[in-house]
This record gives sequence, structure tokens and C-alpha cells, in this order.
Amino acid sequence: MTYIAKPKLHHPSLPKNKLGFTRRDYEGAVSTLCAGCGHDAISAAIIQACFNANIEPHRVAKLSGIGCSSKAPTYFLGGSHGFNTVHGRMPSVLTGANLANRDLIYLGVSGDGDSASIGIGQFVHSIRRGVNMTYLVMNNGVYGLTKGQFSATADRGSASKRGVVNSDAPVDLITMALQLGATFVARSFSGDKEQLVPIIEAALQHPGAAFIDVVSPCVAFNNHSGSTKSYDYAREHNEAVNRIDIIPAAEAEEVRYEAGAVQDVTQSDGTLLRLRKVHLDYDVHDRIGAMNYLHKHQARGELVTGLLYVSENPEDLHSHIGTCKRPLAQLQDADLCPGGETLAKINAGLR
Amino acid sequence: MTKALQSINDFVVKFANVNGSGSASANELFARSILRMGVPVSPRNIFPSNIQGLPTWYEVRVSEAGYLGRRGGCDFMVAMNPQTWDEDLREIEPGGYLFYDNTRVIHADQLRDDINLIGMPLTRICNERYDDARQRQLFKNIMYVGALAAIFDIDIGEVEKLIGEMYKGKEKLLEPNIEALHSGRDYARTHLNCASIGLKIRRADAVGDRIFIEGNSATALGCVYGGATVCAWYPITPSTSVVDAFQSYCNKFRIDKASGEKRFAIVQGEDEIASIGIVVGAGWNGARAFTATSGPGVSLMTEFLGLAYFAEIPATIINVQRGGPSTGMPTRTQQADLFSCAYASNGDTKHILLFPEDPKECFDFAAQALDLADQLQTPVFVMSDLDIGMNTRLCAPFEWDENRHMQRGKIVTREQLDAGIKFGRYQDVDGDGIPYRTYPGTHPSKGAFFTRGTSKDANARYSERGEDYVENMQRLQRKFETAKSLVPQPIETTHDTPATVGVIYFGSTSPAMQEAMDNLQRRGLVIDAMRLRAFPFPDSVMEFIHRHEKVFVVEQNRDGQLRSLLINEGQINPAKLIPVLHFDGTPITARFITQTICTALNLGHCESMPKQAAL
Repeated sequence: MTYIAKPKLHHPSLPKNKLGFTRRDYEGAVSTLCAGCGHDAISAAIIQACFNANIEPHRVAKLSGIGCSSKAPTYFLGGSHGFNTVHGRMPSVLTGANLANRDLIYLGVSGDGDSASIGIGQFVHSIRRGVNMTYLVMNNGVYGLTKGQFSATADRGSASKRGVVNSDAPVDLITMALQLGATFVARSFSGDKEQLVPIIEAALQHPGAAFIDVVSPCVAFNNHSGSTKSYDYAREHNEAVNRIDIIPAAEAEEVRYEAGAVQDVTQSDGTLLRLRKVHLDYDVHDRIGAMNYLHKHQARGELVTGLLYVSENPEDLHSHIGTCKRPLAQLQDADLCPGGETLAKINAGLR
Repeated sequence: MTKALQSINDFVVKFANVNGSGSASANELFARSILRMGVPVSPRNIFPSNIQGLPTWYEVRVSEAGYLGRRGGCDFMVAMNPQTWDEDLREIEPGGYLFYDNTRVIHADQLRDDINLIGMPLTRICNERYDDARQRQLFKNIMYVGALAAIFDIDIGEVEKLIGEMYKGKEKLLEPNIEALHSGRDYARTHLNCASIGLKIRRADAVGDRIFIEGNSATALGCVYGGATVCAWYPITPSTSVVDAFQSYCNKFRIDKASGEKRFAIVQGEDEIASIGIVVGAGWNGARAFTATSGPGVSLMTEFLGLAYFAEIPATIINVQRGGPSTGMPTRTQQADLFSCAYASNGDTKHILLFPEDPKECFDFAAQALDLADQLQTPVFVMSDLDIGMNTRLCAPFEWDENRHMQRGKIVTREQLDAGIKFGRYQDVDGDGIPYRTYPGTHPSKGAFFTRGTSKDANARYSERGEDYVENMQRLQRKFETAKSLVPQPIETTHDTPATVGVIYFGSTSPAMQEAMDNLQRRGLVIDAMRLRAFPFPDSVMEFIHRHEKVFVVEQNRDGQLRSLLINEGQINPAKLIPVLHFDGTPITARFITQTICTALNLGHCESMPKQAAL
């Protein structure tokens, strides 16, 4: 993980968002991933999504585990605090960080080895707890840093670069996330920026556990004809159920639409997610329906993408356990220490 | 016939029961009633790792002199478990007493002729009086407490008051309990020759203002006072009651009355790995966080401990030690996690360990650990154990200085960044090895850094340059040196006459050690003692060792782990440090320490030497 800072110079007429930041303000160091790596496209999408969503870079905490995917946070949001934790354990660290300061935006970046193998337990439990986060898996079905072993998301029957055929069934993180109660579940493809950017933008603003699985081809080890996680395969089998337009709260009321072709989802901050339906019968609020739909289409080898589920009443861990609105990390002695007089009473009760 | 033991306010009573029979509260009632008479007691649960049906013991040391360690041996056995009859019988000191249920006839070959028998038909009385099987069992326990009150001259009024406190709000239960208590007392008065029994309790004024509490509860209260807001844990004996108590104290002191909002968060992790991960995440983000666990939990946490050490993140770990390795003896006590905690994780790591001796220090050290973790930006362990953690112990009352504030360590603020302070995450600005940090979200354009478990330079940039790595590791070593002056300092006991022999001990060994010192002094042996309270060892520890010809190191593990740490950290000649090792899972006794030291110094038998594995 070589660290190369990008030059600070930028064009004076770069467009600015409402907070006055340019896209460059959301960038990180120069990527050292392989040229053409899907992960770099996802980093670019994160940068664009944060710019679009008018997020202050320093209000984002970006966390990752270990692996190619988990190196990615170095390559976006250079002005944010980042934490590259240990293999498969990003979710617990993110949970702790979120408990400490509920005011920040939490972006967890992980890979399929990180989340579907060594860290599957932590993936499961962070979703189950409803941690308010965007949990994004850069899914390439392969271990890149150790040179091409199958990961747990590799499809049965797909072949490695060396021609070995995978005999194990795949872990599907999407259906798991749905089953575990994630309140925002989406899948996309790193090669489909138009779909991916608004999904990330919506997830970052979602007040609950948002999970995004992004098929992100590994150009070095898993971009060949036997792979179901290659660019060609993903392009040919991409079955989008919808496309999102994000309409800011202020403009939401003026929008009119033709019923049936679109579905509007209002987020708690007033933002409108306008889903342009590709499959008219797909209901984004139907968790069970989403699981059935996915099973049916995945059995045909299709890669179902889009916003697959979003809860109308999302909640998060803080609301479940009833913590105070003020970040726990900012509480002071007077908020926390019962003091000497109370201690004297406690002593008296222990005799 | 051996002469019957005679003693006032100085003896050991042991109850042999069956797990799940409801004896625990009756036994505690007995111990507390003696305490209420102003006589110090130290009860200990000796229990199996199962749900019910197996043997369990409760041992009460009565000592007006205030010795709170396990003495060894037993003067009065309340033998309520036929399963352990032979073993319990063997443990009674010559001249001691056996109190037993003589509903069933005991044959002579099942008895000893050098002890005194006190038979009471408890089962028969209860069967006659109660129809319900559970009542027969529960009231049998209260009944023997009544009989013991008569035997030992315990003020029955104190027992009644305690039962009243126990059943406050459940008055329906009060009356039948008092009735059972009285019937036990009345039977003893009428049928047992109480006056002939030589062990008695007399009112004294030897308890003072001391409090009676379990170490785990004290630790939890220390976490509340120390400002812990995030607790993540995974249930494991014997640490579970730390979190139970933390929850209950927080429910009392940390819930906003008007809104119901909690100023704390407790998460039961899916395992110990997640629990420490949550603690690390919270510590990174500026909250005071802790986990409570035991040895096997620490094993699982080591990867994260290495990360927290290397990435320099505060974390407090309460390790209530039990018998190991692996699952070991989950419900027995040891001090055997020193290696696994001091050097937890791969690579060169060193962690701060605090060694509380009793509930008072559990309270103090838990609060201090949270400060130290923030000040040093590193994991800090509170090394409690089952003996302190799960037994109710008499100790000095808790104290809190109202002027005390949380020590948050070296934090760079938004204002400082605005004022142009130069900030590099891992720079040793003050030369003490402790760098400055910023909390995530501090400043829109300054002070953000990337935290990672890989090597980095002083500005937190990834670096595999050898020089950067060496510089970083040396700074971490400097930080560890700095810790020596911040951790609780050792406590030395010296004498007017200079001693050539010293003894080093720590943690729950403390009460047995203090008694052993008195025993040795009565034998004419003057020994200097030093109680260690933390790792790293302050310089005074090595000075103590150098000042003495021989130094005994008393600890409750097989390998002499403290001794090894001393040798390793202080470059001490191993021949100089003589191990005194007790590790059968029971708390170390004064007799064991006294005898081992006497034997090592060729002084022969100091007094009758009990079996080590006396359960």
C-alpha cells in the first residue's frame, strides 16, 4: 500500500457543491490497485456520491477490514478519518465508533473475503443490530492480495484463472442482508456508474443499516470467461429492477410523476428517492418479495441490481438501546460520574 | 479423644452443599450475621462448573484479627452433601466439629474419632413440617442457620434483621423463613449441647467502616465513576457479573429521568472478538469503552489487542482470571494470564496490567484504567480474578475526590488546529513517547489521519521503511517507560531491622500474604514485602530485588509468570527469585505461603501443613 498524495493544484473553475466543496475535496491518495480494477470505479463513485450529497468530508468516518477492497478508503475522502482495521472485523469497530459518536456518517468498506468468509459473523451481527452505516462490499469473488483463491461469494461452477472449478455453493450477502433486517439493500456493478452513484448517495443518507453489494471485477485474477464476476458477465447479465434519481428535500414537493412507472421513497431527512422502475411489478418495500425475486432470477444466472429493498420506517442501534442524542464521546464528568455523595450512600448500603 | 477446638471469633466454618439446592442465600445469611456482630468474615464460594447437582462449598473464615485470606483447613463442617462426605470429613481439623443431618444413621466406619459430632435430623423435621419438596429443601437451609446461631451464640436478632432486608417487599416469604430459623434454633437449644461446643462468636468492634462487596460489582462501579460509556462484552465466567452490575449501576445513575435517554451503551457482542472490536472502535472515536472477560476471551481478543497497541487506541479490558489453559477450570481461581495479557498479540507488544488486591482496588483501578488508556492511548488490563471478583469481601470504603476529572490524554482540538498547531499523529512532541491524536470529525480540513495496523511514519502515512518502523517501535517503548510513573506504585512493607529476605506478591494473594507475614514474624523471621500493583514495573521494584539476597515471588500459577516477567523486564538473575506457586484453583492460603517459605529457608514445619488440594 504505497502512499502517493495527489498534487494539491486544481482547476479554478471546478464546479462546487452547495457547501462550496469541489469533487477534488472528496478525493484521496493515488490508487495503487491494478489499472482497471473495479474498486477504483467504486472509489470514484463514492467521491461523486459524497459531492452530490453535499456531505462535509470530515463528517464521514471510513472504515475497512483487510484486502484490496479495504485498501480503497485511502483513495477517497482524504479529509476524513479512516480506520483500516483487521481482517473481517471492520463491522465491530464501526459499531463501536458509531456508539461513541452518532453524529458522524459511517462508511464501511469491505470485500467478499473480508465479509463473506473471515468476517461473516461480524457482517451478520452488525446488520442484525441495525447499525446506522453504509456497508459496501466490493465483491469480486476472489482473493486478490494472495493471488487468486476463490472467495465464498464465487459461484459454484465458476472457474479460477488457472482453470480450477469451484465446487462450493456461494454465500449471497444480499439475501442475507435482507433476511437479517437491513433497512436499505442494494446491488450494483462497478461498471455502471449511473446506477451506482445514486445508490451510494441514498445509502449514505439512509438512517439505518444500509448494505450495498457491488460486483467489482478483479482484472488480475477473475476477469476471464469462466468467471461470473467478470466485466463481460456482469454487463451481459445485469438485470436492473430500477434506477434511482435523488431529489433534495426542498425540491421534492414540486415533482410530479406518472404513476406506475416510478416509485417515490421519502427518506427521513425529506430527500426523495425516485425509483424509475424497470420491472413494473417490483415493490421496493417488500422484503420477502425481494428475496423471492432474487432467488428466482439468480437461479437463471442473472445479476439483479438496483435498490432492492428500503424500509419505510428505518431504525438504528441507538434507537433500539435508547442512547441519548448527544454523542457518548462528548459527555463530561458531570454527565457520567455520580459523585462523592452518592458514593457515600453506596458505601452505607454495603455494611 | 482429641481435645475439642476452643476459639472465640477465630475459626473456619465450611458448608458442603449440592449445587442448586438453594443453600447460597442461607450460607450468606450466616456469614453476614457474624459481620453484623462486628466480627470480620471472609466467605468464599467454591463451586463447580455446572448448572446443578454437583458439590458446592461455601467457606466462611471468621477472624477478629481481620485475616481475610483463606486460612486452610476447616474447624466446623456443615456436611449437607452425602456425595462428598468422605472428603469433607477428612478436611476437619483434629478436635473440630462435624454438623450433619442424622435423619439417616451414619455408620461408625464413616466417621472419625478425633472430631466432635453434632447430629440434627434436618430432613425428618422438614419432611414432617412441609409438604412441598422445594420448601423442604429451602427451609432445611434456613433451619441449619438457626441451629448454627444457637451453637455459635450468634444474635438471632441480627439474622432476623437480615432476613427482613432480604425479603423486603415480599413480606409473605418473611414469616415462614423466620419460623424455620426459630425452629432450627429451638431444636439446637433443646437437643444439642450448645454450651459444650467451643467455637463462639462474641460481639466485637472489628469491622469499622469497612464495606462488604464482590470485586466484580466494585469494578463495575469503578467503570461508572471512571466515565465509561460504551461496554461491549460476551458472557464468560467469572466476569459476567461485572457487566450485570455495570448495567444495574447505569440504570440507577445514567438514565435521564425526564427523557429516559441512556448515557451509556451496552452491547452483548457475538463473541469476544466483536466485543473488543467495539471497544476499539469506540476508543478510536473518543468514548471511554471497556470489556469484561476472562482468559479464553483474552485469547480471542489478542489480534485486536495488537492493533490497539500498534495503532495506539485506548481500550480497557477487565480480565477476571480463572483456571486455564483452554477452558481450564472455569469456576476456579488463578493468576495465570500474565503472559497472555502482558505480551498479547504477534510481534513486539507490551500492555499495561493493573493488579487489584480487593474490591476497593477493583473500584480504584477500573476508574484509573480508563484514565490510563486515554492518557497512554493503549490497552490497559485490570487483572482481577475469581477469588476477588465473585466473592463478597470486606474492604475499605470507596472514596472519590470531587475535584477529580477524567484524564482524556493528548487531544488536539479544533481550536488548536485553527490556531495553526502542527499536528502529526505519531510524532513524539513531548519526548515521552505519547503522541497527540484528533477525534474523527474534529476539523473540516485539518487533523484527519488514517489509522491502520500496518507500519507507518510519524505522520500516519503507510511506510515499510525500516527506519520508520524502528523509530515507531522505540517510541512505543518510551511510552511504556512513561507508563511506569503513571501506573499505581508498589506498596512496600519493611521492618526496623533490615531484612535480607524479601517477598513479592500481587492481587488476590494479598490477604493470605499479610497473614503469612505475621506467621513468619511469630517464628522470628523478618521478611520485607512488596505488593506489585502494575506492569510495567516501576524502578522501585528492581531496587527492592537488588536490596535483598533472596526474594520469594508468590503467585497462583504453575509457571511463575510474574517471576518470569521480573526476570525478563529487570534483567534479574533467576537464582535470586524463588517461586512460591499455588495453582490448584482454590485461593492460596496463609498456611501454604508460610510453609513453603519456611521449607525453602530450611526452617522446617511452621505449623501443620494442609493439603494443597483441599476443596
